[in-house]
Amino acid sequence: MKIVYLDNNATTMVAEEAREEMLPYLGRLYGNPSSMHTFGGQVHRKIETAREQVAALINADPEEIIFTSCGTESDNTAVMSAILSRPGRRHIITTRVEHPAVLNFCKTMARRGFRVTFLPVDKLGRLNPDELSEAITDDTAIVSIMYANNESGVIFPVHEITDIVKSRGALFHTDAVQIAGKIQVDVKKLQCDMMSLSGHKMHAAKGVAALYVKRGTRFEPYIIGGHQEAGRRGGTENVASIAGFGKAAELAKGHVDSGSSKMKDLRDRLQQGLLDTCPGARVNGDPLNRIPNTLNISFEYVEGEAILLRLNEYNICASSGSACTSGSLEPSHVLRAMGVPFTAIHGSVRFSLSRYTTEEEIDFVLEKTPPIIKELRALSPYVQEEGEI
Amino acid sequence: MWEYTDKVKELFLHPKNVGEIKNPDAVGEVGSIVCGDALKLTLRVDRETGKIIDAKFKTFGCASAIASSTALTELIKGRTLDEASKVTNNEIAEYLGGLPREKMHCSVMGQEALEAAVADYRGEKPPQKEEGEIVCQCFGVTDIKLKRVIKENNLRTVEDVTNFTKAGGGCGSCVPDIEKILKETWTGKKAAEEAVKPRRKLTNIQKIALIQEVVEKEIRPLLQADGGDIELIDVDGNNVIVSFRGSCRGCLMSDVTLKNIEKKLRDLVSDELVVVVE
Repeated sequence: MKIVYLDNNATTMVAEEAREEMLPYLGRLYGNPSSMHTFGGQVHRKIETAREQVAALINADPEEIIFTSCGTESDNTAVMSAILSRPGRRHIITTRVEHPAVLNFCKTMARRGFRVTFLPVDKLGRLNPDELSEAITDDTAIVSIMYANNESGVIFPVHEITDIVKSRGALFHTDAVQIAGKIQVDVKKLQCDMMSLSGHKMHAAKGVAALYVKRGTRFEPYIIGGHQEAGRRGGTENVASIAGFGKAAELAKGHVDSGSSKMKDLRDRLQQGLLDTCPGARVNGDPLNRIPNTLNISFEYVEGEAILLRLNEYNICASSGSACTSGSLEPSHVLRAMGVPFTAIHGSVRFSLSRYTTEEEIDFVLEKTPPIIKELRALSPYVQEEGEI
Repeated sequence: MWEYTDKVKELFLHPKNVGEIKNPDAVGEVGSIVCGDALKLTLRVDRETGKIIDAKFKTFGCASAIASSTALTELIKGRTLDEASKVTNNEIAEYLGGLPREKMHCSVMGQEALEAAVADYRGEKPPQKEEGEIVCQCFGVTDIKLKRVIKENNLRTVEDVTNFTKAGGGCGSCVPDIEKILKETWTGKKAAEEAVKPRRKLTNIQKIALIQEVVEKEIRPLLQADGGDIELIDVDGNNVIVSFRGSCRGCLMSDVTLKNIEKKLRDLVSDELVVVVE
């Protein structure tokens, strides 16, 4: 049976064009980009081409792009660099709904004596910039706030955030892994100081990501070693993945407008279809301001892992914020921060589309999901009779 | 992805004995929607022979919770209540060909639903509910339940205790208490209390200073690690007045947090302290 892959916020299929771009560097072109000889030098040129392609996606200059190994490394590097390069400042601001790559890093810094403010979000998962204005001080070294949330899909007011952060002389880092390549991102307009991007969220391979660092920003490397990446990130480059990342970024740039409106149409069709056919369904996250590929929907009084495993029987791939899928007994920190009731958190399912998602796939999900919810509700002690709670 | 046995998958996709018996002879309800799993067991019992003629369940939970419910009902049907009472969570797990370690609490939930139903039939208080002291505030697990599950399943680590009972899997503040109970259970003696609490009566100034120290060194770092914070507003007699900050504000668990803060202050400063929110 064909796989219906609606878990693109977790990872994406490697685009065929990106894979083709990688293959020579897994074969005959194995030279070290740092070598003096032509054999290595041609590999170095490929990395620089990829750097231009990734830079172009967010309207950065190529020198402002540092290749890293993953989004987590980019995030950790950004926050660490900010606090190391401004030793007088001991305060960090982030949000309660951040990806663990930032959230847990900041919690660790809190244990090491930094003051950390975790900004709340409202019921729709929105961030109020006034909360930031209140929290920020002259002691704030860095504000790290994601561009769009990976679970709810909600887009944060990053332009307003930049203005507030600038006014207090702090640095602003934004984790843009879920939004870059889906809608237009322009660092020249945004004027953030740092931005994280990830290859495998935009149809490149795993094991490659990037950190944008605005020219003139004081920077301290996180991985210390050789002179690679202009001394900003040691370690021999993941050449094949970088080559693929470049191609994937170029493809994404070409699809930003057309791909997004197609994704949005299909996402909205899925959302409406599920709301119409499944009793006790509710959408999590601001319906008016989400990335176009994400639908986080709760089916009340049924449990998310059970839904996922039933969907799995039809090779439909999605994810859930339920405690049972987390391995830690704790349900999604994002949905909890949004104040979603426990009845709905445990029954939350995230469908995340890609530009490759087809109408047939969405219709297949719309055909298979309602009976699954109905059957699981029949098992639930919280549902008395059909439709009644 | 969890590694489930074929039996678990089969009974999850095709559960048996689903539903509710009308006018049942016994009902056992355990779990809650907040915890993420709940089971309602209804029984039809032959009053003459004491045999369970029929058993049905309704379960809110993951695949292993649903499969465990089927296993439980299949295991007890046709047995007398006395025989059925001897069914352990291990038998439920064995019936399923095993459960992932992290999911063993699903089999424990099955056993507890049965205990509750048997107590209901006999007109007794539901077990555990009334007894013991709650150790894990997040999931409402008592010391009595912990000791029983630790012994029955030969558990040796906090991680295992969490897998089997969920205790310690929420905020984690009870992990030291679970360690203490593990030690008590297996060494048979009470762990030596670390004598931090001053024996002699404190002056007001000493008391306030000590409260301040405990709040700064013991309480705030824990809350800050979860994005929350607390401010000590005032000490009025034995009333410690605090105000929540950060993610503690409006948090669903803040009542639990408050209780934990009070416990800590009572342990380390004075038994008479009461913590109130400004």
